[in-house]
Amino acid sequence: MPGKLKVKIVAGRHLPVMDRASDLTDAFVEVKFGNTTFKTDVYLKSLNPQWNSEWFKFEVDDEDLQDEPLQITVLDHDTYSANDAIGKVYIDIDPLLYSEAATVISGWFPIYDTIHGIRGEINVVVKVDLFNDLNRFRQSSCGVKFFCTTSIPKCYRAVIIHGFVEELVVNEDPEYQWIDRIRTPRASNEARQRLISLMSGELQRKIGLKVLEMRGNAVVGYLQCFDLEGESGLVVRAIGTACTLDKLSSPAAFLPACNSPSKEMKESPLVHPPSHGCRSTHNSPIHTATGSRLTQNFSVSVPTLIYTGMGSGSAGKEGGPFKALLRQQTQSALEQREFPFFTLTAFPPGFLVHVGGVVSARSVKLLDRIHNPDEPETRDAWWAEIRQEIKSHAKALGCHAVVGYSESTSICEEVCILSASGTAAVLNPRFLQDGTVEGCLEQRLEENLPTRCGFCHIPYDELNMPFPAHLTYCYNCRKQKVPDVLFTTIDLPTDATVIGKGCLIQARLCRLKKKAQAEANATAISNLLPFMEYEVHTQLMNKLKLKGMNALFGLRIQITVGENMLMGLASATGVYLAALPTPGGIQIAGKTPNDGSYEQHISHMQKKINDTIAKNKELYEISPPEISEEIIGSPIPEPRQRSRLLRSQSESSDEVTELDLSHGKKDAFVLEIDDTDAMEDVHSLLTDVPPPSGFYSCNTEIMPGINNWTSEIQMFTSVRVIRLSSLNLTNQALNKNFNDLCENLLKSLYFKLRSMIPCCLCHVNFTVSLPEDELIQVTVTAVAITFDKNQALQTTKTHVEKSLQRASTDNEELLQFPLELCSDSLSSHPLPPAKAVTVEKASPVGDGNFRNRSAPPCANSTVGVVKMTPLSFIPGAKITKYLGIINMFFIRETTSLREEGGVSGFLHAFIAEVFAMVRAHVAALGGNAVVSYIMKQCVFMENPNKNQAQCLINVSGDAVVFVRESDLEVVSTQQPTANCQSSCTEGEVTT
Amino acid sequence: MLGPGARSGISALPEVAWRRHARPQQCPARGARAPGVAMTSELDIFVGNTTLIDEDVYRLWLDGYSVTDAVALRVRSGILEQTGATAAVLQSDTMDHYRTFHMLERLLHAPPKLLHQLIFQIPPSRQALLIERYYAFDEAFVREVLGKKLSKGTKKDLDDISTKTGITLKSCRRQFDNFKRVFKVVEEMRGSLVDNIQQHFLLSDRLARDYAAIVFFANNRFETGKKKLQYLSFGDFAFCAELMIQNWTLGAVDSQMDDMDMDLDKEFLQDLKELKVLVADKDLLDLHKSLVCTALRGKLGVFSEMEANFKNLSRGLVNVAAKLTHNKDVRDLFVDLVEKFVEPCRSDHWPLSDVRFFLNQYSASVHSLDGFRHQTLWDRYMGTLHGCLLRLYHD
Repeated sequence: MPGKLKVKIVAGRHLPVMDRASDLTDAFVEVKFGNTTFKTDVYLKSLNPQWNSEWFKFEVDDEDLQDEPLQITVLDHDTYSANDAIGKVYIDIDPLLYSEAATVISGWFPIYDTIHGIRGEINVVVKVDLFNDLNRFRQSSCGVKFFCTTSIPKCYRAVIIHGFVEELVVNEDPEYQWIDRIRTPRASNEARQRLISLMSGELQRKIGLKVLEMRGNAVVGYLQCFDLEGESGLVVRAIGTACTLDKLSSPAAFLPACNSPSKEMKESPLVHPPSHGCRSTHNSPIHTATGSRLTQNFSVSVPTLIYTGMGSGSAGKEGGPFKALLRQQTQSALEQREFPFFTLTAFPPGFLVHVGGVVSARSVKLLDRIHNPDEPETRDAWWAEIRQEIKSHAKALGCHAVVGYSESTSICEEVCILSASGTAAVLNPRFLQDGTVEGCLEQRLEENLPTRCGFCHIPYDELNMPFPAHLTYCYNCRKQKVPDVLFTTIDLPTDATVIGKGCLIQARLCRLKKKAQAEANATAISNLLPFMEYEVHTQLMNKLKLKGMNALFGLRIQITVGENMLMGLASATGVYLAALPTPGGIQIAGKTPNDGSYEQHISHMQKKINDTIAKNKELYEISPPEISEEIIGSPIPEPRQRSRLLRSQSESSDEVTELDLSHGKKDAFVLEIDDTDAMEDVHSLLTDVPPPSGFYSCNTEIMPGINNWTSEIQMFTSVRVIRLSSLNLTNQALNKNFNDLCENLLKSLYFKLRSMIPCCLCHVNFTVSLPEDELIQVTVTAVAITFDKNQALQTTKTHVEKSLQRASTDNEELLQFPLELCSDSLSSHPLPPAKAVTVEKASPVGDGNFRNRSAPPCANSTVGVVKMTPLSFIPGAKITKYLGIINMFFIRETTSLREEGGVSGFLHAFIAEVFAMVRAHVAALGGNAVVSYIMKQCVFMENPNKNQAQCLINVSGDAVVFVRESDLEVVSTQQPTANCQSSCTEGEVTT
Repeated sequence: MLGPGARSGISALPEVAWRRHARPQQCPARGARAPGVAMTSELDIFVGNTTLIDEDVYRLWLDGYSVTDAVALRVRSGILEQTGATAAVLQSDTMDHYRTFHMLERLLHAPPKLLHQLIFQIPPSRQALLIERYYAFDEAFVREVLGKKLSKGTKKDLDDISTKTGITLKSCRRQFDNFKRVFKVVEEMRGSLVDNIQQHFLLSDRLARDYAAIVFFANNRFETGKKKLQYLSFGDFAFCAELMIQNWTLGAVDSQMDDMDMDLDKEFLQDLKELKVLVADKDLLDLHKSLVCTALRGKLGVFSEMEANFKNLSRGLVNVAAKLTHNKDVRDLFVDLVEKFVEPCRSDHWPLSDVRFFLNQYSASVHSLDGFRHQTLWDRYMGTLHGCLLRLYHD
């Protein structure tokens, strides 16, 4: 009996009127955990009942503590008929289970009903007494910390980054059980909410066990998803990166620690980029992996692309001997692991050595009823297959690891597309595991530190390249080879040198498909996929060139399947990396050179494109220093090879020669206009409007080139659904519609947020779904952050340098602190001032202070402000404590859609309610912000004819306590003593 | 609102069924689609963690404009040129704001709820702005309903008011409902009227005072709509209301009564009959006149007119007091004051300063009337009337 859960129901307020006669309510509360239920007294005739109950105590296994949510139901007592439910609150008590997180959950929670939405609030206090349990064979994993943040959390340092953890659990969807035919929609919704809550608890526990097995104490970059497979069941799956983290409680400890990696790097040979000789790669950009496999489940593995960004050569060069790669493996620590994957997107300095490019894999599956929920092997096997494919793609790029890894699905009826993508990379093994340091990578000594351009250098063998590519010597160090273009799924490394600013780049694509059943459908989809991938890639490449940039970060490609179409949406942040060569322009070539007017048209287009490029360069302040070829002075190893970009339909080599017009630029892209389709494409390239002045946007954490953020942030979710007319839709019309939808959505955002100018939309996350035949739904979540235009960039830089200098002098005296990396050490170069100031003002702040600061809002009359952001940090503030993961799933349904303001009114209210419930939970944990917030699912269904609609939303994030930098200063002067003691004990607990 | 118990298992069946076949059978065409346009927007929302409030749109919404009209007005304001946005963007933005305001309206009906609710995260300054603007009213509108019974019957007249004032019906309804709501809430409450309004509606001091006047006028049903009262502004009435609340209500004597600031002190009104002696007793009237005339001789530009009119004016003012026992006459208070005092003075072109001199002396010299015993009563009555008359005396 290793835990005692204690719950107290204090009061309610703003309850709905349940008795029309008296305009009042006779409310009481049921508190349920597992199979035990307690009840409060009935508080008669009040809309603001004061129950002030005793402590309800549940004695439970810690396994249950992890799996089960605390369920609080508010009811209206009725003497003559059944008691009416007012609504429920589910509280995840997981944050109380680790020593460093919250100690008590206390506050006002919105009372939620799946039919009526929020109906008043209830004040609850929850505590857990955990008994020490030394049983090694326990099934629980209490104490393992979970973080949604995809970098090392701000007040921790990573001792070891263990690697990939994954798990999935399956169950029948209550909505599709026979009992659903006789129960109310409310009962059905609640059964579903409860089940998913249970399943995610179980999943988290199981992942925790795996982490303990790996001897880690935390999961970073935890991503949990639901697959609503309909009749065939419900899958909850999660991936993450297991780590051993140490808490940095005492700033005295982290100052030197923060500087130590670079110091150590000088001395240690281990950190130097490994030689290239020990790797071999050979591969084509397009893998046609195994064809369709027909086991008991129908499944098609789709030919998958590797995006390195290397000016994608034409297809057709089919895969080289695949196994050849496997023979010559680098003996990396990672290769002993099943899947050397990392869900992180930002890394401690020195961790990332080289980046190969984007690897992705997709597979089309036919769903089948899950017969035995306890054996989810089928789904496991599906994912294992995909991961294997990703792993081999990475190897093909000469990389032993995949970073920025993520997985997703798209389901339509019985067809499911599984997707995985990441960035192939070479990592520094120092952080990975103790044993692997010796004799892993052959090290080549280089006198200089890991350069800012190091990650751009190619990891594969230039003489034996996996695909035709154009290499040059690095524009930064002039020693190593770099590709002409680089695509990645990770955030821009903080030490990378970027010229100018970045921008959001999107590729959008629709493909019609015939309606079909089962296997025919799956085959049709898998036939379409490679073409879509190719075109998405082409669009990305063209738009990147048009912006005058040479690298993409945070690339996320989403393929959505519907009844009669497939949608592809790729988002990424384009930047100009100083280490990579200047991108060439785009050349347009016509197919019928004899037609005079056509020629004229072409040259007109060409002019427009050139103008756009010039304009963009100005807009994004891209003005790389002019370097003549002489200075670069490198004999480029391959014969100059112009990258060609062709439409997938016209890949015959005859045309290639025909088109081989000699343009001046060495790597000009050729856009061949061979039909009206292509014409449309060129037009669409030029129709993307840049954001209005004062606005920037990106889908990464921070905008490259902007680092003077101010503290005003606004997180938002915007949803749009459009209905297509079914009349003779063509691919083109569809593309245009989709493109307009996205562009208009962005325009609306810019307009709405105009009062924040100058500002940047960060972490712009688009999700596309096809809820019905003719409906396209686009959901966008992002955060707008204002920045100070005037504050000179230079001052912040010197700021950082100064503080680092100071830190390094401190370092001499404080060598007893472990020389390890810490997340705050990210403060190396182009940083937001937030972090810089953090280092400078780093102050010993005890937890006690924050308790007061973030006093539960219920104490005051006004509601405390809770910030929400998809980023891992809050500008102008320092995160002092992580309180635990927030992972919430809500269903809302209505049978009076018109009365609630139609679909827009319904969804608007629901999303506002979801935000409110997230904020309330965070506030109850004692926090004042959610970072790494993400809306993972927003499934909306409507039936206006019946006046009904239903929506499912799943959100997650990390609840944190932050302190404004200005407040921090005050506190530090007031309380100069470091709470080293507590940090030490905490450290012991975690390891 | 009856909760789940109202729904039996059987009645739920059809709803379950729709979910199973979530695809609707080919929705009927929604409106005529323009040829060539292949998409229509079904749903379009924006939800911020901090609720975005656009002051301009809020004003349009409060003024009761439809979304279409609001968009047209915004276009006319030149916002498209300033921001480079399109009409579609403006439409979507306006819709969003209107939806937000619509959702907030329920909370604005009980402003403390807006502060305590968790659904919309709004900075305190913005909350104050939302409330203040929501409860603000148009001068033209308030003049129409001031002193009228705030019942449903009057609500039907809103149409006429809307036509007459040019204020949209929607806005009229909001303003009227605000008056009524505030009235209902503070109607039977103890303590100061202004404080109660401020506490329950979180209004600024200025606005709370205005509402106190509105509530006071509605409760006592003072006639303000007569043609001869048209020259008076809401401010004039509010000023008088404040004086009357301070001096003539129950609250003026006892601060622990229900309705203390709303109802006039009945006893006081009853007592006012005693003042009649000032005009009924001829000697007293003459003495009063001579005292006033002696004091003002040479100081008043309109001395002769005053002298000639003294008895009429005094009779008017005292009779007004004596009649206040009847509800009907209470309602006509302002009509009487204007008829019996303001108009006669105005027709003789008294300057305001002379009116002030006269009223000062007229009230003060009563203290020198030996045979008169109701000095305090006189002061309570005349002190207020003095202020009111000065305020009412203008063109």
